[in-house]
Amino acid sequence: MKLSSRQIINKIKKSRLVGMGGAGFPTGLKWEIVKNAKANQKYIICNASEGEPDVFKDGYLLENYPQEVIEGIKIALSVFENSFAYIYLRKDYYQRFKNKLEKLIKGLPIVLFKETGGYLCGEETTLIESIEGQREEPRIRPPFPCRKGLFNCPTLINNAETFYYVAKVIENKYEQTRFYCLSGDLKKPGIYEMPLSFTIKKILEETGNFPEFDFFVQAGGGASGEILTSRELGRPVNGSGAIIVYNLKKTKPILLMKKWINFYFEQNCGKCVPCREGIYRIKELLDKNKIDKEILDDLLFILEETSFCALGKNVTLPFKSLIEKIYK
Amino acid sequence: MKQKKIKIIINGRKIETNEGKTILEAARENKIEIPALCFHSDLKVKANCRICTVEIKGIKGLQTACSTEAKKGMEIITDSPKISKARKINLELIFSQHTEECDDCVWDFNCQILKLAKKYKAEITRFADRKKDYPLYRFGPSIDFDNTKCIICRNCAEVCPVDFLEIKNKGAEIQITPSKDKNKDCIYCGQCVTHCPVGAIEGVGEFEDIEKPLQEKDKIVVAQFAPSIRTSIGEEFGLPYGEIVTEKLAAGIKKLGFDKVFDVSFGADFTTMEESEELIEKLAKKENLPIMTACCPAWVKFIEFYYPEFIPNLTSVRSPQIILGGLIKTYWAEKHNIDPKKIVVVSIMPCVAKKYEITRKEFNLNGLRPVDYVLTTRELAYLLIKNKINFKTIKPQLPDAPLGVASGAGVIYGVSGGVMESALRTAYEKMTGKKLLKIDFKKIRGMEGIKKAEIKINGSKIKVGAISGIKNAKNILEELKRNPQSYDYLEVMACPGGCIGGGGQPVPTDAKIRAERAKSLYKIDLKKEVRLAHQNPALQKIYKEFLNSKEKIHSICHTEYKYKKRIKT
Repeated sequence: MKLSSRQIINKIKKSRLVGMGGAGFPTGLKWEIVKNAKANQKYIICNASEGEPDVFKDGYLLENYPQEVIEGIKIALSVFENSFAYIYLRKDYYQRFKNKLEKLIKGLPIVLFKETGGYLCGEETTLIESIEGQREEPRIRPPFPCRKGLFNCPTLINNAETFYYVAKVIENKYEQTRFYCLSGDLKKPGIYEMPLSFTIKKILEETGNFPEFDFFVQAGGGASGEILTSRELGRPVNGSGAIIVYNLKKTKPILLMKKWINFYFEQNCGKCVPCREGIYRIKELLDKNKIDKEILDDLLFILEETSFCALGKNVTLPFKSLIEKIYK
Repeated sequence: MKQKKIKIIINGRKIETNEGKTILEAARENKIEIPALCFHSDLKVKANCRICTVEIKGIKGLQTACSTEAKKGMEIITDSPKISKARKINLELIFSQHTEECDDCVWDFNCQILKLAKKYKAEITRFADRKKDYPLYRFGPSIDFDNTKCIICRNCAEVCPVDFLEIKNKGAEIQITPSKDKNKDCIYCGQCVTHCPVGAIEGVGEFEDIEKPLQEKDKIVVAQFAPSIRTSIGEEFGLPYGEIVTEKLAAGIKKLGFDKVFDVSFGADFTTMEESEELIEKLAKKENLPIMTACCPAWVKFIEFYYPEFIPNLTSVRSPQIILGGLIKTYWAEKHNIDPKKIVVVSIMPCVAKKYEITRKEFNLNGLRPVDYVLTTRELAYLLIKNKINFKTIKPQLPDAPLGVASGAGVIYGVSGGVMESALRTAYEKMTGKKLLKIDFKKIRGMEGIKKAEIKINGSKIKVGAISGIKNAKNILEELKRNPQSYDYLEVMACPGGCIGGGGQPVPTDAKIRAERAKSLYKIDLKKEVRLAHQNPALQKIYKEFLNSKEKIHSICHTEYKYKKRIKT
């Protein structure tokens, strides 16, 4: 029996599926907003930009389950009249999966798009600017992409993993799971599909990865994730589902901070003062191996409070939690 | 359409505003000041500088007032310890990109970032200047762009009508740079200067060269001031926007030591005479229509560089400062038995493109430039302040006769539509032989960028357009390519609202300020006894005594144009 558009949206809503890109917005609601937006043309974007360190689940899905991801996009195409889809691929994913995906999308209103920038292109409005051929920078919101997105048309942007699960929902095979990226100082790094309800502790145990040495983890993503001690693992993972384990004795916090700040230094677009200048000055502090706590605190404060987009706002949490719990 | 009203609360005060307004707009309408740097009412909201952040009840994190729409029932706080802290730190970061050179800045006594630094106790040297070694660029003889001061607000790139200023690189490496594209060139309109919040862009010589003209040895130094200056320069001395200060201006210039002070509006009367003549002739022959004004050197450069196919449409008539400069070095010199080589003519202009215009060799008379120096409105103000001349209390003085006595038509040259109105007033009387009863051409007045009208003279309709802003002009030229008959006569000024919004005018300049300056120019015109150029007795005398042959008229009042290649920056 074929489901109507409304039935599909209701089914997704009932499944309680949320976006797997990091922000966790309810998927069914997003689809409903795009559905209700009045326009002659709508766009669908499958986001496989996946630019944060230690996150590699979209690549895994495109490698192993591309037909399911495409199936999710096809469902979206059937729901939104006059719609057209893009699969936005990180540069190396584009090279790796181009041939395979092109076979699967043959004859469909779907095109592959090779990412033009870096990490920031995973941010929805930056991704839109990138496809439109503009500088890769975030837009002022509102308007939100669901109402005015690509070429000013209502645009549904979902992560590749979300589309994968949409297909599962419609097949009645969705079981409240997600893909976790495990990496760092552990025995069996890799991708594991497990229930959303699992705590970090349980995930590490179930995968045979719970360390025997003193450790801490970064949970969410390898740049924006919060630092948690081994006693704080009774919670599920947020963000893009990454767990990175660090051996407490072997890890130099300052090197970790340098790794993060170099990433943000490379990836920030330069649009707003706190992000452009704040990150520059944190890098300057770290490069001198001399951390002036007052200055660092001030910079983290304005990054979190006044950055234009999530990139800058997300710098603060890993630094603060590392300094508070590990670096001291 | 009537706008829906909404109620919001700012700092505990109940405020009513129109739906769709931003928090910043709603606050400023109610005299609640929220500081903002990258915001300019002429431009799109960019929300880059993050100085205007405020707290909104129920929303996590600070929000930018410039980009957040005021919503019904919103409770907003514009000042709190948290907001002050954020402004302080962001200001310190802004200062770390801005090499201070305060005594030589177009914002001199009115610097927004210094005022804010003081208010929020920002340590302006907390972070070392990181742009000390960034490049300086010079655009022709008109504009200096000092990248060591740029805070990347992007106003200049947005306001540049020819996309000459580009945003390059990303992250901390981001920079505004002049385009490398050989098909682009700066046209010197100077809108980047008046839209830069931190003085990173200024006129060439501003302010280090302002004393040069008065240091010329054994010379007779003559000043001539542009029409629009008389309603803008007062702002530099704390007078209200648009205050009429013609006679204070003449007195101030005299006090600086200039030997004579003349009025460019008088030169404008000659431009009107010649241009109306050309208009009548070309309308009759239907030749090279539409005829286009050429008083604005940025517009002329724009045509020569970007649209050379329209060069034949430009009027051959020289701009007022060039004609008057020419008359000073010929007619006036002869009359007073002065060697023209000994005369230094200094124009006070609302414009940085005029610095370029005087270098055009086609204007030379017997090897001499009609005008030797151009100072902007800002430069003259700075010179007066430096010489401790109290503009507020100075005793008014009339400009010198006879080259200082202009018609009302010459005065409205300073506002978009004014050149055309002046020419039409004169053309009407010449064509009909009748007295013009309705002197005001209201349809080509106002601050809109494109003003169209049909003027009936002798039963025939003349299709006219008064355009300000090069982006608008571009649209009209494209329209002309599709339909060459859409206009008979076009006036174009590069700056919004005409010269009253010029790149050499005091900062800040915005739509409200431009409207005040314009209003005052029309007020002056209305009060003038002589409001039509051809009725100006001083002008009639010069035509009779001096400009009495075609050759003479041509050498002083006319010129030609040609395609211009890009100038090296």
